[in-house]
Amino acid sequence: MKTTFRLPVTLIVCGLVAVGCKPKGPGDMAMGDAASRVYVAPGQYDEFYNIVSGGFNGQIGVYGIPSGRLLKILPVFSVSPENGWGYSEETKPMLNTTHGFVPWDDLHHIALSTTNGEHDGRWAFANANNTPRVARVNLRTFKTEEILEIPNSGGNHSSPFITENTEYVIAGTRFSIPMDNKDVPISSYKDNFKGSISFIKVDPQSGEMSIAFQLRTPGFNFDLSRGGKGPSRDWFFFSCYNTELAYTLLEINASKNDKDFIMAVNWRKAEELASQGQGRLENVEYVHNVYDERTHTATSTVKKGVRVLDITEFPELVYFIPCPKSPHGCDVDPTGEYIVGSGKLAATMPVFSFTKFQNAIASKDFEGDFSGVPVLRYEAVLHGEVQKPGLGPLHTEFDGRGNAYTSMFVSSEIVKWNLETLEVLDRVPTYYSIGHLSIPGGPTAKPHGKYVIAYNKITKDRYLPTGPELAQSAQLYDISGDKMQLLLDFPTAGEPHYAEALPASLIRDNVEKFYRIEDNEHPYAAKGEGQARVERNGKDVHVYMTAIRSHLTPDNIEGVRVGDQVYFHVTNLEQDWDVPHGFAIKGATNAEILIMPGETQTLKWVPDKTGVYPFYCTDFCSALHQEMSGYIRVSPANSNTPLKFSTGVIEGEAAAAQ
Amino acid sequence: MDKTTLLSGTGIRAGVMVLLLAVWVAACKPDRPASQSTTPAGRDASSAVAENADPSKGIGQVQHVTLNTPLEQDRIKRGQAIYEMKCQACHRLDETRVVGPGWAGVTKRRKPEWIMNMITNVDVMLDQDPEAQKLLELCLTRMPNQNVSIGDARDILEFMRKNDGEE
Repeated sequence: MKTTFRLPVTLIVCGLVAVGCKPKGPGDMAMGDAASRVYVAPGQYDEFYNIVSGGFNGQIGVYGIPSGRLLKILPVFSVSPENGWGYSEETKPMLNTTHGFVPWDDLHHIALSTTNGEHDGRWAFANANNTPRVARVNLRTFKTEEILEIPNSGGNHSSPFITENTEYVIAGTRFSIPMDNKDVPISSYKDNFKGSISFIKVDPQSGEMSIAFQLRTPGFNFDLSRGGKGPSRDWFFFSCYNTELAYTLLEINASKNDKDFIMAVNWRKAEELASQGQGRLENVEYVHNVYDERTHTATSTVKKGVRVLDITEFPELVYFIPCPKSPHGCDVDPTGEYIVGSGKLAATMPVFSFTKFQNAIASKDFEGDFSGVPVLRYEAVLHGEVQKPGLGPLHTEFDGRGNAYTSMFVSSEIVKWNLETLEVLDRVPTYYSIGHLSIPGGPTAKPHGKYVIAYNKITKDRYLPTGPELAQSAQLYDISGDKMQLLLDFPTAGEPHYAEALPASLIRDNVEKFYRIEDNEHPYAAKGEGQARVERNGKDVHVYMTAIRSHLTPDNIEGVRVGDQVYFHVTNLEQDWDVPHGFAIKGATNAEILIMPGETQTLKWVPDKTGVYPFYCTDFCSALHQEMSGYIRVSPANSNTPLKFSTGVIEGEAAAAQ
Repeated sequence: MDKTTLLSGTGIRAGVMVLLLAVWVAACKPDRPASQSTTPAGRDASSAVAENADPSKGIGQVQHVTLNTPLEQDRIKRGQAIYEMKCQACHRLDETRVVGPGWAGVTKRRKPEWIMNMITNVDVMLDQDPEAQKLLELCLTRMPNQNVSIGDARDILEFMRKNDGEE
C-alpha cells in the first residue's frame, strides 16, 4: 500500500521534468489540436450519425461524431414516459410479448441495413437480449416500427446481424434451452437442451420482418456472429462457447475445452432447403408487433409455428471451425476473405481464410465431427494467428485499408494490426476496460474509416463523480494516420454495447419533418377543429382533441364521472417542423404523451376522485404556451351531470346572447 | 498494479498535484481552441424569394393571380376542406379575432397575391412584410407554416371569396 501511495507522486514529478508542459498520463493522452478536430461550431453539423445501443436502458442513443453530442434517445424495448412510448394506447402493443406487456429489455447490438454490403441508411435493427426480440427502427422517422419476438430462444445475444443485402437478420440464442417451453430437469441438459438460430426474412421494400426458418443446433451458447460478404456472402459465421454443454458454474465448466467453434452456415442452402419444405414445422407461439405510420398505431399479432432445420440432418449445411477458448467476436473483413475469431481467454488470435475454408471443405480436411457435423482441421482453415495481441480480445473492426482494430478488455486497449501480415502496428490505452469498438462502416464492405470509438465498460474517474452510479465512458480516436490518437471522451446514456456510425449524408436529407395531416388515418383523429368532440360509450369517454398554438379543443369538458375510462385522443394540427405539443393531466397514473405535427396519440385516464382537473400542453410551443390548457370536471359515479364540451365559450355571455 | 489504485487520491497526494498543476498552468498558458470557425450554418434560402415589385402583393412566389367570375365551385369545395383541417383552429369566418384575425372581408382588404404569399411563405412574410408584421404585433402568435401548396392556397382563396359574398 505504501508503494502505491508514493509511486504516483513520483511519476507525476518525473513526467513534468521530462516533458515540461506536456505531462504524460491518462488525462493528457489527447494532444495538440485534438479539441479543434472534434469541435463542431454552433450551427454546424456532425459528419456522422452514431447509432448506439443503450444496453440496460433498452433504448438507442443517437450521437453526432466527432463531437460526441447526444442528439436523441430513441425508445425501443423500454417504456419512455418522456414521450409516452409504451404508455400511449397506440404504442402499448409494441411491447407486447407471449409473456404479456414487457416494459424493459437489454439492448446490445445494432445492425444498420446494407445494400451490396454498404450502408444504405434505411433501417437500424436492434436486439432484446433478455426477452428475445428483434426490433426495426426506421431511419427516416427515427421511430421503432416493428418488434418481432423470437421463439425457442433463451436470450437473444447473437443478434441482430445481417446478410450483405439485408436479406436476413439473424437471431441466435445465447443460452440453449429445451424447445417449446418444455418442463424437464436441468440435469437433462445434454438430452433436452438445444440451440436455436432464427433467420428473419426482411421485405426489401417495407423492411417488414418474418421468421423464415430456424436452425436447430447442439446445446451450445451462441455469442456473436457476422454475415459473409463478397466471396463469402452466402455464409454466416457464429461464435459458440460452452461446447462442453455445461449447465452450472459456466465460468469453469464452459471453459475446459482448448477450442470451441466458429459455426459456418451456408444460409443460401438453408434457404433452399426451407423453400423445398425440408425439415419440420414445429408448434410455437410468438408475437409480431408493427407500428403503422398512417394510423399512428401499433398492432400486435400472435403467430404460430416455425420451420426447423436440424443441422445434424443436412450435409453441407454447416461446418465447425475450431477456435481457441470461448470465442466472443467473430468478424468478417471488408473483402469477405478473413474471419477473425476473438478467443477471450486465448493468448493468440486466429484469422481464418475463406479460400482455405472452401478448399478444406472440398478436400474433406476434417479433424472429426460433432453430432455428425464436420469439424474442419484448424490449421487447414487458418490464415494465421496474431501473436501476443493483448489480453482478452473481444471485437474487431476494419478501416478498409487492410488494417484491423481489436478491443482488448483485460488489457484495456485497442490494438491495430495488419490483416495480411498479422503484425501488430499500434496500440492505445482505453479508459477503462473496453467492450465493443466501432469504426464508421467498420463491419461493411466499405468502411468510412477516420475514427474508431471505444465503448468502455468501466468509467471510474473519467468524469466529475456522480455518486456510486456513473455515466458510461466512450472515447473517440483518430485512425487516419499510422498511429491512433485519442481525441475525445464523451459520456453515454445506458450502457452501450455495439454501435454503428454512418455518414450523415446517408440519412440527413431523407429525415421526415412532420406527418401530413391529410394522410392521418387514425380512427380517433380530429383532422380539424370542427371535428373536435366528446363521445360517451358506456363507461368509455372518447375525447377527440386538437392541439395547435396555443389552445386545446375542447378545453372545457363536463359530464365525466368517477370510474369512467377517459381516452384523450390528441391530434396535433400543426404542419411545420419541430412543433410538437404535449398533453398531461393531473393524477394520470401512466405518463404524458408528445404528439408530433400531424400525429394523433392517446392517453388513457381513469379519474378516481371528483373534482375539476386541469390538463395542459407540456412542450413549450409558443409565447402563449402557458395558456395552452383546459379543465375537465369529474362528477360522482351515477351522477347526472350532462356531457358537454367547448372552447372559447363563456357561459354568462352565451346565456345573454340567447 | 491497477490504474484505479493509482488514481484513487489521498489528501497529501492531491495537494501535491494541485500545486504542480498550478505551476504548469501558470507556466504554459495554453492557447484558446485552435478552431475559431464561426461560419454560420447554411440556411435554407429557398423560401426567401425576391420581393415582389408591388409591395401590396407581399413577398413570395405568387406574383400574379387571375380571378374568375363566376367562382370556381371545385376550388371552393377543396378550399373549405383545407380550411377546416388546417386553418379553422385559429381563423373564424366572421370578423372575430381568435388566435388570428377573422376572415370576413379579407379579400377586400388584401390583394389575392398577398393572401397566397402569406399562406405559403409565412415565415418570410412575418419577418419582412410590414402588413404581416402589424398583424403579428396585434395577435402575438406567429402564424404557423401549415405547409400549404400554392395550388391549395389558391383553393383557399376561392373559399375566402365565397365567404366574402362573391358569386
